[in-house]
Order: sequence, then C-alpha cells, then structure tokens
Amino acid sequence: MTKARQPLGQRPALLTMSHVEKTFNGNVVALRNMNLTVNEGDFVSLLGPSGCGKSTALRLISNLAHPTSGNIRWAGGQGADDLGIVFQEPTLMPWATVAQNVWLPFRLRGKSYNDVKDDILEALRLVGLEKFLTAYPRELSGGMKMRVSIARAMVTKPRLILMDEPFAALDEITRFKLNNDLLELKEKIGCTVIFVTHSVFESVFLSDRIIVMAARPGRVIHELEVATPYPRHEDFRTSAEYAGYTRQASEALHDAMGEAA
Amino acid sequence: MSIADPAPPMIDAEEAARARRARINRIAKWTLPSLVLVLSVLSWHLYVTIAEVPHYVLPGPVHVAQSLAEDWSVLWPALLITGRLTLLALIMAVLGGVALAVAFTQSKWAEMSFFPYAVILQVTPVIAIAPLLQIYVDSAFLAALLCAWIVAFFPILSNTTIGLKSADRNLEDLFTIYGATRWQRLRHLAAPSALPFFLGGLKIAGGLALIGAVVAEFVIGRAGTGLGLASTLLEASYRFNFGRLYAALILISLMGVVIFAVMSIISHLALHKWHESALKRES
Ligand SMILES: Nc1ncnc2c1ncn2[C@@H]1O[C@H](COP(=O)(O)OP(=O)(O)OP(=O)(O)O)[C@@H](O)[C@H]1O
Ligand SMILES: [Mg+2]
Repeated sequence: MTKARQPLGQRPALLTMSHVEKTFNGNVVALRNMNLTVNEGDFVSLLGPSGCGKSTALRLISNLAHPTSGNIRWAGGQGADDLGIVFQEPTLMPWATVAQNVWLPFRLRGKSYNDVKDDILEALRLVGLEKFLTAYPRELSGGMKMRVSIARAMVTKPRLILMDEPFAALDEITRFKLNNDLLELKEKIGCTVIFVTHSVFESVFLSDRIIVMAARPGRVIHELEVATPYPRHEDFRTSAEYAGYTRQASEALHDAMGEAA
Repeated sequence: MSIADPAPPMIDAEEAARARRARINRIAKWTLPSLVLVLSVLSWHLYVTIAEVPHYVLPGPVHVAQSLAEDWSVLWPALLITGRLTLLALIMAVLGGVALAVAFTQSKWAEMSFFPYAVILQVTPVIAIAPLLQIYVDSAFLAALLCAWIVAFFPILSNTTIGLKSADRNLEDLFTIYGATRWQRLRHLAAPSALPFFLGGLKIAGGLALIGAVVAEFVIGRAGTGLGLASTLLEASYRFNFGRLYAALILISLMGVVIFAVMSIISHLALHKWHESALKRES
C-alpha cells in the first residue's frame, strides 16, 4: 500500500502537541511550550544539542511520561497498533530468536505466532533479514540488530514510528546504508516518522521537516523544510542542494547552541 | 620457529601453532588432574606402607577401598538418606526462593517487610539453629531438612530477586508501549532476564544444601530415624574406624562433585544459545 506523499501543507494532521511542558523534580525544565503538528507522511527530525528534551518529547508522545501541562492529541484517537518505537540500542531480547523478537508486539496482544507469521516474514524481508529468522541476536552484527529492531517497530504497520538516535552507535558506512534503507522502507509502508538525531547530515538526508531545539530550557527554536522530493538516493548526499540545506541546518543548530550558552 | 613445519596451504605458522596448543590443552585438561590423583594416591599408599602407619591413625588407600566395599551395605543406605535430604532441601529452596522473589518484585511492600528477616535467617549460623529445630520439630528428618533448607534458600532468593529486577529499561518501556499485562511482563521479560542469575544462585545453593545436610546430620541425625553419611562418619570417628570414616568422606565429596556437575549442565543447557557466560571464548 504505497501512499503517494502529499506536498507539505496539504497533509492531514496526525498528532498535535500544544503548549506541552515537562518539568522534572519541580525545577528541571526539560521541555518548555512545545507546539508541533505532525502530519501524515511527514518525516520529522528533532535536531539539537544534548539535553534539549528530544528524548523527553518522544517519551511524552509514546505515553511513557505525561506532560506537566499542555496536551498531545492523535487525530482520530490512538489505536492499539498505531505506534512503533526504535531506541538507540537495538533493545532485543537476547534469549529470543529474531522471529520471536519481531513477534513481540503481536504476542503481547495475545496473537499466536502462526496468525501473524506472514506479517513477521514480510517485515523481516523488508529489512533484508528473512534468512535470519532463527538466529539469536548475539549472532548478528550491530547493523543487523538495528534492522531487527526496525522490523519489530514496523511489524504492526503503525501510523507513527518514533526513533531516538537509532544509528548513533553505528559506523558511518552502516549508518549511510541504513539511512537509504530507512527512506525506502518508509515509502513502502507509508508511515510517519519522528527521528531524533545529533547529526545535521543525517537530518537533512532523511527528513522533509527539521525541528531545531535548544537546551536549558528545552524548546523549539527553528523549523526548516527540506523540499527535495523523495525518493532520495546516494547522489543526493553529494549534491549542491544538500550542501545548501546542511549549511542552513548547521546555522540553525549553531543558533541553538549559542542561545543555550 | 616453524620454518621446518610442513604446514598445509591455507594455515600459516601462527594458526598451526594455535591449533597445536588447543589440542594439547584439550588433552592436558583431563590427563594432568588424573595424573595428580594417581600420584597422590600412590604416595599416600607408599607412605603408609613404608612408615608402617597404623590404620587408626591414617588408613592407606587400599584399606579405605576395602572399607568402601565391605561397608557398602551401611554406606549405600546412608548415601541415599543424605542424598534425599540434600535434594529435597534444594527443591524446597528453589520453590520457596523463587516464589518469595516473585512476591518481592510484585509487591514493594512485601519486600520491605520481609527481606530483612530473610537476611537475618541467612546470617544466623545454621549450627546454632539446629538444636532448636531438634527440640521443636518432632521428626528428625524434617528438622534436618529445615536446617539444610535454611542454608540453601538464601542464594536462590537473593539472586532471583536481583535477576527479576535486572531487565533492560528500554525493553521495560517497550512492554509498556505495547500494553503488556503484569503476567506477560513477568513471563516474557523479568523471568528470562532473571534466568542467568537464578542459575548462578542454584549452583551455590546446591553446594550449600549438602553443607546444610551434613551439619544437620552432625547435630540432629544421630538422634533421628536414619543414619546419613555425615552421621555415619561421625560415628566411625568415635569408634576409631578410620577406614569407614574415609570411605564416608570420599562419598560426601563425590556427592558434592556430582551436584556441581549437574548444576553446571543444567545451566549450560538453559543458557548456551544466548547468554555470554555460556559461550565458548574463541582461541
Ligand atoms: N527522569 C528524569 N528526571 C530528571 N531529569 C530528567 C529526566 N529525564 C530527563 N531529564 C532532564 O531533562 C533534560 C532533557 O533530557 P532529554 O533526555 O530529553 O535530552 P535529549 O535531548 O534527549 O539529550 P541527548 O541528546 O543527550 O539524548 C535534561 O536536562 C535531563 O537531565
Ligand atoms: Mg536523548
């Protein structure tokens, strides 16, 4: 079900954060007055220095924590299978095989393996690991583990996938490869992605919207659009357009660091 | 050093040397301890015969072997009693320890209320409790069993409690996001995370259960219904029957070895597919 992506501005809203604040222990302001509308089909990057509340924003969206004030709304309400998440570590269960790991979201809903076998196989085929069904995580390389983690997040065909610096611990070659594959995957399943990163280059390559955040207190200070149409391939990385966007994003990030200092 | 070695094509000198070392190690791992055993038994035998040591001071290995064979009708039932005592204590320790650990992790209040008393039970020397048990518990076997259980139970409890809490934080979050129930969390996350810890505790508890059984027999056994290996040993020492004493000692020690081996095999079978501790190191 490949969905043609609507131009930015014509996409229906998926999730709205309005006036969201989060304060820890009564004094650490992790997030101040965050307003963000994520639309269906967006690839949104949250870009900013350490401590600017990127992970906090994801935790709030995934309901692992609750805003001190403000609210987060899903258009049409949040269904059971609407959310997938990928952490910085692959976060696989070491005692379970690749297939069992990908089965987890369904298993916790009481679905038997046989009922969802096809979905599991399809998700693993999408990340290129269909031959590793019965392997254990320790037998896989770091990049392959991350692919399993992505397959697990996608297997329920969620409307929104949250990714918190998923490729930060990988080497550059693997990271570029996974960047390319992630874009391809996203086109195939037509979901929305919120992607947290420290890397200007990664955010420009992947996203059509970059939200630049500053720290102390954590807040949004810029929003950039990357208008280059998808599909984007390896040659985009070396284009003048790409260089232009990375310069813009770097400047915005610099701003963010400057304001924090 | 291996210029002269006619190494097969794809294997360089270093690899060949490594393979040779590995081969030698594999053989030496068994032969060296066996050799030590044979030599020490032999020197024991020579010392006893040459110095003409009387058997009530130190019996020779031949004498001990004779006792082992002649007293088998006494030793075998004793071994069964001690074995049953140890095994039952261990099983009870596993059931009690795991059940309590699960209760502790399900309810913080339960843990706060009872954990200190589990520690007190553990740090009180069992030899000081044994006479009390003998007074209050009618059946001597039951008293001995309780005694061995108290010793074996704590490592299971404390290891399993730590293990159940050791699950990866991100996996915990993932389970929350997917709306896992309490039972699913225990079954699919906490329990597998706890398994390596539990098995470590089991290995310790196996040894402690035997120690507890021996202590219990020393203190309680003679008054009770059956004579285990440890009480047989004690009795033999009163009668200066050193052949039987050594035979009983060897059997107790063998029991300890068997328990350890069985626990190691269980641990390996449960973990070898995924846990680092059970993986063979390369080279
Ligand atoms: N549970 C918590 N208790 C107290 N303070 C917290 C908690 N979680 C986050 N914080 C604080 O909130 C701020 C934002 O943290 P957050 O983890 O969201 O930053 P981040 O942008 O993800 O940083 P990084 O890039 O290093 O991952 C930090 O100052 C952090 O110390
Ligand atoms: Mg973070």
